[in-house]
Amino acid sequence: MSDTAQATASLNGAAILSKDLSIYYGDFQAVRDVNLDIQTNRITAIIGPSGCGKSTVLRAFNRMNELIPSVNTKGEVLFRGENIYAPDVDPVEVRRRIGMVFQKPNPFPKSVYENVAWGARINGHKGNLDELVHSSLKAAALWDEVKDKLDQSGLSLSGGQQQRLCIARTIAVRPDIILMDEPCSALDPIATLRIEELMRDLAKEFTIIIVTHNMQQAARVSDRTAFFSLSEDGKRAGMLMEYGDTKTMFTRPEKKITEDYITGRFG
Amino acid sequence: MSTNNLHSSNLPGRHRLGRVWLVVFQVALVVGVVALCALLFNILNGSFGYVAVQDKVNPATLAVDGVPLEELDKDTLIQVLQANISAGLMARYEFDKPFAERDAGEVYDLILERVVAPEFVAQWSLYESLTNAGEVRATAAQEYPEARLEFRSWLNWHFLRAPQSSYPEIAGVRTAVLGSLWTISIAVLFAFPVGVAAAVYLQEYAPDNLINRIIQTNITNLAGVPSIIYGILGLAIFVRALGAFTSGIAFGVTDPATANGRTILSAGLTLGMLVLPLIIINAQEAIKAVPSSLRQASYGLGATRWETVWHHVLPNAMAGIMTGTILAISRAIGETAPLIVIGASTFIQVDPEGPFSKFTTLPIQIYQWTARPQSVFRNLAGGASLVLLGLLLTMNATAIILRNRYRRSQ
Ligand SMILES: Nc1ncnc2c1ncn2[C@@H]1O[C@H](COP(=O)(O)OP(=O)(O)OP(=O)(O)O)[C@@H](O)[C@H]1O
Ligand SMILES: [Mg+2]
Repeated sequence: MSDTAQATASLNGAAILSKDLSIYYGDFQAVRDVNLDIQTNRITAIIGPSGCGKSTVLRAFNRMNELIPSVNTKGEVLFRGENIYAPDVDPVEVRRRIGMVFQKPNPFPKSVYENVAWGARINGHKGNLDELVHSSLKAAALWDEVKDKLDQSGLSLSGGQQQRLCIARTIAVRPDIILMDEPCSALDPIATLRIEELMRDLAKEFTIIIVTHNMQQAARVSDRTAFFSLSEDGKRAGMLMEYGDTKTMFTRPEKKITEDYITGRFG
Repeated sequence: MSTNNLHSSNLPGRHRLGRVWLVVFQVALVVGVVALCALLFNILNGSFGYVAVQDKVNPATLAVDGVPLEELDKDTLIQVLQANISAGLMARYEFDKPFAERDAGEVYDLILERVVAPEFVAQWSLYESLTNAGEVRATAAQEYPEARLEFRSWLNWHFLRAPQSSYPEIAGVRTAVLGSLWTISIAVLFAFPVGVAAAVYLQEYAPDNLINRIIQTNITNLAGVPSIIYGILGLAIFVRALGAFTSGIAFGVTDPATANGRTILSAGLTLGMLVLPLIIINAQEAIKAVPSSLRQASYGLGATRWETVWHHVLPNAMAGIMTGTILAISRAIGETAPLIVIGASTFIQVDPEGPFSKFTTLPIQIYQWTARPQSVFRNLAGGASLVLLGLLLTMNATAIILRNRYRRSQ
């Protein structure tokens, strides 16, 4: 991370700050008035029942929602104190700074090497690409498994390896923040554990936000947890219900609805 | 097995219904296969068979000092030719290509063509030739006592190399094949880039609004417009309005054989317009089939829309785009009506030299030959049909190989 990023981050402690964030799909309000501050170099978990807008909020953090034509975003998302929805901000730059790992591993149908190198290359990486591929794959805990098959297709790897390849590819463009939308839901328990370990390592360098349905995973891996749920006025808009330290949330949640969800009496 | 009264499971009846439909499907398949066989039979029937050939001059009488014609050296052959044709014709041959530059084989061919001048006096279909050879032989011997009976493949090396001619004995499809290749190449050079670019715009850029929806509907409908309408369009635009360009005058090149915009360029562009909607639609389908997760991955790394399209969408759609283009070309190569409308030449003997030349194409050639009263031209049409099918198969095979190679390198 650059010095300025460090400085800004320590100034307000928040890597991302959303202010009254509301998101609409056409006329339907999927997310209502979310105020959330994501802390730098921490892992923040977003949990909540299906359809409460977790993915929608996550995609709002790097303007990926704009790829869906009907989406309309209100409110502000501050990244290093700057509103990423301001008119003069280029979403392409936002997405390089705030990378994303998806639910289903989606490597490019290119070689392992190209998968990692491509993003860096289009973003004008000036250093040695071979080194970058090496360090990114190492950081994604994948190097030892693929060092002999760098020119094989990324699709020839196992699901867990593919997901780590996607993480390596994201790291390679040096983002400040990595968004992960249920990154382990297509993986078996062992591959899941590997990714969780990896996330702990990556948190030293990156700010991570992870959406998960797995309570144990949220408890194991995250520092802070945000619980979303549907509004109870019948409009089924997603709202931030409770947000705090993961330990506190899982031991002494403030709200009844949070406790119900975490203990599995709801959902 | 236990039954309950909730379901009136008439299993035998349901199986019977299934068998009935199976029979329907099989019958449909048989109908298709029969139609295909009939087509092939029809073409082959006219492309091979016995012909009765009668020479104007018996080649045996042209032997010099007991040496048969085919073993004579070049100088003697020239003397034989000179002795048998008019001085004017001889001078014209000398003008076309000096005899000093011709080899013995070429002179021999001239003698065969002009002096021996074999003529097809009768021809039989493949079916007759195979099933009733005895009767064919008897008829030939009786009615054409001076002719010899040959089993002939109307598709042969000479047929492929020789230009159009009004003598069926020496007519070939070279002019038409070259014309077809030229027009198709121009059509593809025009329609492929334009079509793919339009498809990319519609699929990846165009917002979903009324105008774009109207455009989309129009393109879809254009794909179904009868080809003759495109011919009228081509006539109005390329031949008439843009005649200065399509005839080459605007570029200072005029082909000596040019015909007021009724050129290969006009024909190619007209065919290009004809296949453009097909290419757009097929390319759109191919682009749609690229999984959106790939686009998301690309955008998620900070790629621009253009980078996403160029590096991920197009390479992954290319195999499908090529398949669509093959289909479109296959349609264009057989088109006759629009080219007749824009004025394909009915009879030309010179090879097209470039985009500003007059042209004819294979289907037009076939059409003209079938329209001739002499039955021998129908055999030529059969041979030309085989050439057309061969051309089509070659192009498809090339495209499929290209496509598979593309897929593998992905
Ligand atoms: N592309 C879309 N178009 C229209 N509505 C959408 C779209 N994507 C999501 N929605 C709606 O927005 C709401 C929130 O969806 P979202 O995908 O954010 O939920 P989620 O919390 O991620 O659910 P899950 O846990 O099942 O992934 C849902 O009601 C959903 O139907
Ligand atoms: Mg989701």
